[in-house]
Amino acid sequence: MGKTFKRPEALSEMDSHYCPGCTHGVAHRLVAEVIDELGIRGRTVGIAPVGCAVLAYNYFTFDFQEAAHGRAPAMATGIKRVRPDLVVFTYQGDGDLASIGMGEIIHAANRGEKFTTVFINNAVYGMTGGQMAPTTMPGQRTTTSPFGRDVNDVGMPIKVSELLSALNTPAYITRQSVIKPKYIVKAKKAIKTAFEYQLERRCFSFVELVSTCPTNWGLTPVEAVKWAEETLIPYYSLGDFKTPEQVKGGTDAK
Amino acid sequence: MGKILMKGNEAIGEAGIRAGCLNYFAYPITPQSEVAEYLSHRMPEVGGVFLQGESEVAVGYMIFGAAACGERVFTTSSSPGISLMSEAISYIAGAQCPAVFVNIMRGGPGLGGILPSQADYFQATKGGGHGDYRLLVMAPASVQEAVEMVMAAFPLAEKYRNPVMILGDGLIGQMMEPVEFPEHLKSEPSNKDDWATNGMDTRKSKKRNLVKSLFLDPVKLNEHNLILKAKYDRMKCEEVRYEPYNADSDYRILIVSYGTMSRVCKTAVDNLKAEGIDVGMIRPQTLFPFPEEAVFQAASKKSCRMALSIEMSMGQMVEDVERCVHGKCPVRWYGKCGGEVPTPEEIMDVVRSYLP
Repeated sequence: MGKTFKRPEALSEMDSHYCPGCTHGVAHRLVAEVIDELGIRGRTVGIAPVGCAVLAYNYFTFDFQEAAHGRAPAMATGIKRVRPDLVVFTYQGDGDLASIGMGEIIHAANRGEKFTTVFINNAVYGMTGGQMAPTTMPGQRTTTSPFGRDVNDVGMPIKVSELLSALNTPAYITRQSVIKPKYIVKAKKAIKTAFEYQLERRCFSFVELVSTCPTNWGLTPVEAVKWAEETLIPYYSLGDFKTPEQVKGGTDAK
Repeated sequence: MGKILMKGNEAIGEAGIRAGCLNYFAYPITPQSEVAEYLSHRMPEVGGVFLQGESEVAVGYMIFGAAACGERVFTTSSSPGISLMSEAISYIAGAQCPAVFVNIMRGGPGLGGILPSQADYFQATKGGGHGDYRLLVMAPASVQEAVEMVMAAFPLAEKYRNPVMILGDGLIGQMMEPVEFPEHLKSEPSNKDDWATNGMDTRKSKKRNLVKSLFLDPVKLNEHNLILKAKYDRMKCEEVRYEPYNADSDYRILIVSYGTMSRVCKTAVDNLKAEGIDVGMIRPQTLFPFPEEAVFQAASKKSCRMALSIEMSMGQMVEDVERCVHGKCPVRWYGKCGGEVPTPEEIMDVVRSYLP
C-alpha cells in the first residue's frame, strides 16, 4: 500500500524543543509541507526570529538565516532584492514582529517586497518567560502585567493583519489559526496561497496564525485551545483581509 | 580613462560599482546623502539594485541579508547612522559575512553637527557594536584614496569574511577633486558556496547553509570567538598600511594624523621645513590594524622628543599612539571638534609651542 503520511523532506529529523501544546510544531510542519508540494526546497531561504522559534533553523532542511530581533523583514528585503529568484520567508512571533520589529514589517509590506511572512500570534512573549506582548489581551496576566493588561495604561492589543491592511500596497493578508484541525486545514491553504503568490512574483504575502502558549498562559494544552478559541479568535478574527484581486492599481501584479 | 572632477560622495558611490558591487541600500543623512542620490540613478543604469531603506537600523539588516547570500553589497552613512547600524555590524561579523560600510563622519555625540569630525575612531576601531569583533578600518585622505580604498574593501571583506569600514569625514564626502578610477575589479573565485545562503539549487548541493551568530553552548561560542580572533590577528600581520612623511629627517616632533587632518598637517610640516624645522609624520591608512610597529619605530628615533596625535576629536587615536610608543617619548594630543578643522597655521603654532 505504501506510505501515505510521512515527514516532509523540508522538515529535519531533529526533535524540537517546543513545549507540549505549542503550535509552533504545527506551523513548522505546514510550511514544510507547502515547500515540499511546491518543489522549492532547493531555492528557499528561511529567516528565523528571536523568540521561541530562534532555533527554527534546526527543524528545516534548507538554507536559513538568523535575524536580530524584529529585523527579519529587512533581511528578507536584502535577500529578495539581490536574488529575486530565491523564495524567501520570515517566521516571526508577536514580540519580534509587532513590538521591536513593527517598523520593519510595515515598511517591507508597504514597499510590497515579494517575500512571505508567517506571523505566530500567541498573545505573549514565550522564550523570555511570559512577558506581555503587544498582542496580549485586556486583563490577561503576564509576568510584566501581573494585575492583567490595563488598557488605560498600555492600550488595546494590536491587530497586525488589520494594521497592515490599511496600507494600499500589501496584497495578500490573512489571519488563520493552527489550534484545531478545522483551522489547520484552512491555515495550510493560506500558507500555500501565500507562497504561490511569491512564486508568481505577485506581492507581499502575510499569514497570521493564532496560536497557543500553554506554558506562559498557565494552562494545560487542552485548556489553552479552549481559551484561544473563546478569547483570542473573537478578537483576532479569522479570514482574508486582502487578496490580490481586490487590490486596485496593479503596482503589485508584476 | 583620464581624470574626472568628482564630489567625494559621488566618487565613493561610483567606486562601489567599479568594484563589481551592484547592490546598495542606504538611508539619507548629512553629509553623505549624495551617495544615495547619485546611486539612485546610476545603479539602474548598470542594472544594479538601489533601495532607500526606512532607517539605518533596517538598512544594516538589508546589508546583512544580501551579504549572507554571497552578494557584494555596501552602504554609506554618517556617525549617528553608523551607531544605528552597529548592532547589525556585530551580527554580520559574528556570522562571518563580508560587507562594506562607509562612515562619512560628522560632529557628535548625539545629533552633534553636520560638519566633519574624526570622533568615531573609537567606534570604528574598538567596536561600536557589542562583542569581540573588529572591523578592518581604512581612512582615506583624498577623494582618489577614498575610491581606491572602497574598491580594495570588497576583496578584503571576502578574504576575511568580515565587514570592512571606510572611515571618511564630511570634507572627503563633500569636496571635489580629480579622480582616476582604477580598472574595474576582476571578479575572483570566491568560497561563498561554502557558507552563503544562495540556495541549494544554485550550489547544486544537497547540503544546506546556515548563517547565524548564535552559539548557545559556551564551549562552541568560545571556539567561534577564537576563529574570529585568528582573522583579526592575521589582519594585523598582513593588512597594515601607512604613509611616512618627512620621516627620514631628524625630527624632534612626530605627528600622527589621518584622513583630512593629515593633509592640513602635511602643509604645516612643509611650511615648518621651509623655516628650518623638521617635523616627522606617520599617516595611518589602516586604523585597524593600527601601524603599531611603524609608530613605535618612528617614536624611537634618537632625535624624537615627542609624539603628537592630531585629530578632529577630543583625543581618541592618541590612546593608540600612547600604547604603541611604549613610553619612548611623551605623547600629546591636539584637536578640535564640532566641525572646526584646524588650519596649518594653528598646527604650526602648536608644534612651535612644544619646541624650546
